[in-house]
Amino acid sequence: MEYDITIGLEVHCELKSTSKVFSPSPNAYSEKPNTNISVIDLGFPGILPVVNKESIKKALTVATALNCETPEYMIFDRKNYYYPDLPKGYQITQMHYPVGTNGYLDIYVEDKVKRIYIHDTHLEEDTASLDHYDKYSLIDYNRCGVPLLETVTEPCMHSIDEALAFLESLKRLFLYTDVSDVKVELGQLRCDINVSLAPKGSNELGVKVEMKNIISYNVKMALESEIKRQIQELNNNRAIVKETRRYDEATMQTYRMRSKEEAIDYKYFIEPNIPPIKLTNELKKEVKESLPELAFSKITRYINEYGLSLVDAKTIAKDKDIANYYEKIVTSGKDPKMVSNWVTTRVLGRLSKDEITISEFNFTEDKMIELLDFIESGKISTKQAKDIFYKCIEENKTPKKVVKESGMEQITNEEEIRKIVLEVLEENSDVAKDYNPEKGRMLDFFIGQTMKKSRGKANPGVATKVLKEELLKYANR
Amino acid sequence: MSYLDLSIEEMHEAIINGKITPEELVKESLQRAKEYQEKYNSFVTITEKEAIDEVTKIKKNDSYLYGIPCAIKDNLSTKGILTTSSSNILKDYVPCFDATVVSKLKESGSVSIGKTVLDELAMGGTGTTGHTGVVRNPWNKERLIGGSSAGSCAAVASGIVPFAIGSDTGDSIRKPAIYGGIVGFKPTYGRISRYGLFPFACSLDHVGCFARNVKDIAYVVDAIKGHDDKDMTSLENDNVKYSDLLDGNVKGKKVFYIKEIMDINNYEGETDKELEEVFKNFDTVLEKCRELGMEVCEESIDIRLLKAIFSTYMTISCAEATSNNSNLTGIQFGPRGEGKNIEEIMFDARTKGFSELIKRRFVLGSYVLQKENQEKLFLNAGRIRRLIVDKFNELFEKYDAFILPGSSSIAPKFQSENIDKLSNRYLLLENHMAIGNFGGMPSITIPSGKIDNMPIGICITGRAKDDLNVLNIAYALENVLGQKGQIAGKENK
Repeated sequence: MEYDITIGLEVHCELKSTSKVFSPSPNAYSEKPNTNISVIDLGFPGILPVVNKESIKKALTVATALNCETPEYMIFDRKNYYYPDLPKGYQITQMHYPVGTNGYLDIYVEDKVKRIYIHDTHLEEDTASLDHYDKYSLIDYNRCGVPLLETVTEPCMHSIDEALAFLESLKRLFLYTDVSDVKVELGQLRCDINVSLAPKGSNELGVKVEMKNIISYNVKMALESEIKRQIQELNNNRAIVKETRRYDEATMQTYRMRSKEEAIDYKYFIEPNIPPIKLTNELKKEVKESLPELAFSKITRYINEYGLSLVDAKTIAKDKDIANYYEKIVTSGKDPKMVSNWVTTRVLGRLSKDEITISEFNFTEDKMIELLDFIESGKISTKQAKDIFYKCIEENKTPKKVVKESGMEQITNEEEIRKIVLEVLEENSDVAKDYNPEKGRMLDFFIGQTMKKSRGKANPGVATKVLKEELLKYANR
Repeated sequence: MSYLDLSIEEMHEAIINGKITPEELVKESLQRAKEYQEKYNSFVTITEKEAIDEVTKIKKNDSYLYGIPCAIKDNLSTKGILTTSSSNILKDYVPCFDATVVSKLKESGSVSIGKTVLDELAMGGTGTTGHTGVVRNPWNKERLIGGSSAGSCAAVASGIVPFAIGSDTGDSIRKPAIYGGIVGFKPTYGRISRYGLFPFACSLDHVGCFARNVKDIAYVVDAIKGHDDKDMTSLENDNVKYSDLLDGNVKGKKVFYIKEIMDINNYEGETDKELEEVFKNFDTVLEKCRELGMEVCEESIDIRLLKAIFSTYMTISCAEATSNNSNLTGIQFGPRGEGKNIEEIMFDARTKGFSELIKRRFVLGSYVLQKENQEKLFLNAGRIRRLIVDKFNELFEKYDAFILPGSSSIAPKFQSENIDKLSNRYLLLENHMAIGNFGGMPSITIPSGKIDNMPIGICITGRAKDDLNVLNIAYALENVLGQKGQIAGKENK
């Protein structure tokens, strides 16, 4: 039997900020446990939360970028449950009035545009991290209170590819808006995944199973394993149970955590210690106006305006800094396709070889513009440009300097080339006398000789033109 | 005569004029604390060593509190000093930070001589549920002092200290102040920072104080009020000194009392000699108000709203309390429980750490917050709270304050019969002070008389942020009620 898959994601992303979302402790990663902490993070009796304004602005930025409705006031709720990683016994989050609701994000899935609907995005605090050992567990409160933005989609994705494309697009949005470093290896991006299967063509959704706390790089495996499990269950006429499961990295399988009956009632209520914080129209306007152009819009523009292929457009827009690099060169008047070729092949190739980012790259936009100028004016060949590109990087020099030092600049002056051509003809007068315009190979021979004599600097086009003229004269002599 | 029996103002002058030193005052205060401890049990910890150490180190300053001994309720965080909230679950907890109010007291040069007993975790109104035993009323050891700020009240009423810090969630400062014959004040919500106050119900919790006269209250509040960056609910500074501005001129002030509460017909079958005396005393108070030039009016309020105060209070406070106290699991601090897994360990710590009364409130709180009950119970309680506050704010457009008896009787005996919590006497006369907590309004109680040599008093509540007006009305009244400055067991000066 075939099934329709439906997936919804709850994506948790740690925001960057100088201090934690409700305490003055530094929001910084540290290998040394329990160093970035305060009494507030530890939930000692009598502590009170003070909201970090920077985090509010970042949360509002994401809500705006996700085309969400934003509330008049920032209001927080308590989510009550007992767990050793939650020292207060409640998490301060947003349930009643999230910072963003009813939004969407357009993404490319392969070559198709898909709109992913956002139920809400809300600001909350991260929990402590636990290290489990045989007979005991250790608690590290460094992460406790780090600002966390949870973005919840509607159940609107229908394949693993769609889910992964959305996750990738959302990650890019966080990077573009500079709200997070999204360091996946540090667990800064984690997901809860809801997945249900229904008979193909069915109007109703199947029974929802939730997978909790999946690190973003495990999403694909977790989905594959869970969907496979559900198909097997359904094919064997076993009902899917509404439950929460966890994904085990080692076995690459999902396991039951708790059933629907065991579901926790979080007893949400409005946090009394944080008065409503007005999100002024000025602030909303400021946030909206300072939003950068996002990847989806860039990709679309690169295809429609610059004529790039989807693959190239995606490659460039993947990284905001690469896109900015690309666009700066294009807006200087260079051919977008030519620039795209340079960026997607040589630039990205070199970055990956050197394992550096574009901001650490010494071949700046200005250098690239200079190099392309040389090609456009015919002063150097494309092949030479490639050599100059690498030489500039190795020696940290401008193309102008490299061209000058290596004497690589092409000779384009007709009279200069004519001098060389005449010398070549004298040296090979026997052959020249027999010149026949019908025999292309003869011309090639002379072009080769001219290039050799000019040590490769003669512009091939000009040289060909002059050779044709002079050879005719020579033969008719 | 001892300087310790005087007002803060008089003690201050004695210190300034070199008649007594802060060391002498603090030592005498410590002496009394130790001497009375067995009788009244005001303290969880008498901090003798710390107080003597502190008094030699304080820097001379302009504050009226310089060199004045005080006591602090044991639910305020004190760095390096045991702070138990009178609960077994915190019986060994030594905080590593000071509450803002404690820091401010230190800055003023006041010296704390100890941490006072409360009803466990500030939940309760009897002063009988602390983990170190019951607090007794200095006017009569057979009677309770009320709570939850029981020890702070007893310490001031018995003359150990001239002032003490307490907290008030429903009437936890004002009710004991009535039974102890002293002044109890909770200012506007946010006037004094709550940072470091162990929360009971944070939307209702106030830090406040006890003293033996209103001017002393003003001196204390001047020292501890003010905006605090650590408390988002704290108010901006009002940049005035209440003690400078008290003048007792209340001519033309308009006050009201509530018809439904003061109608004796509403207590049919519930009256006794004490209640009649309370009513008689209140008539005298109103007469004094008029003599002072105040206009006194009767206002009617829907009795259903008034009778809903208690259940509204219980619903909201228990809900917040169960969440606020969820940090007490024995994981980060406190006695570690035993068990095979983390749930069992936390379960064990909480089972052993809380008394049955506390567990009962937590169960109530959880119940009203449950998904299926929240709308009907918790959220409706919030709506009733809003209706009540709106009604009073509407009245405050016409009036400066309302005034009511602080209790329906003198302090009850320990072994008295259980109060009928559905009686009008309980619902109307014993719970109206929570209105001030619902709306964050400044509210003060002052002694107004005695029945069988046991104090009774009145409560004056004003509009939010209008603390000075409330203090000034109380200041004018105490001067004509003849109970000012009294210490239990001592002749009035």
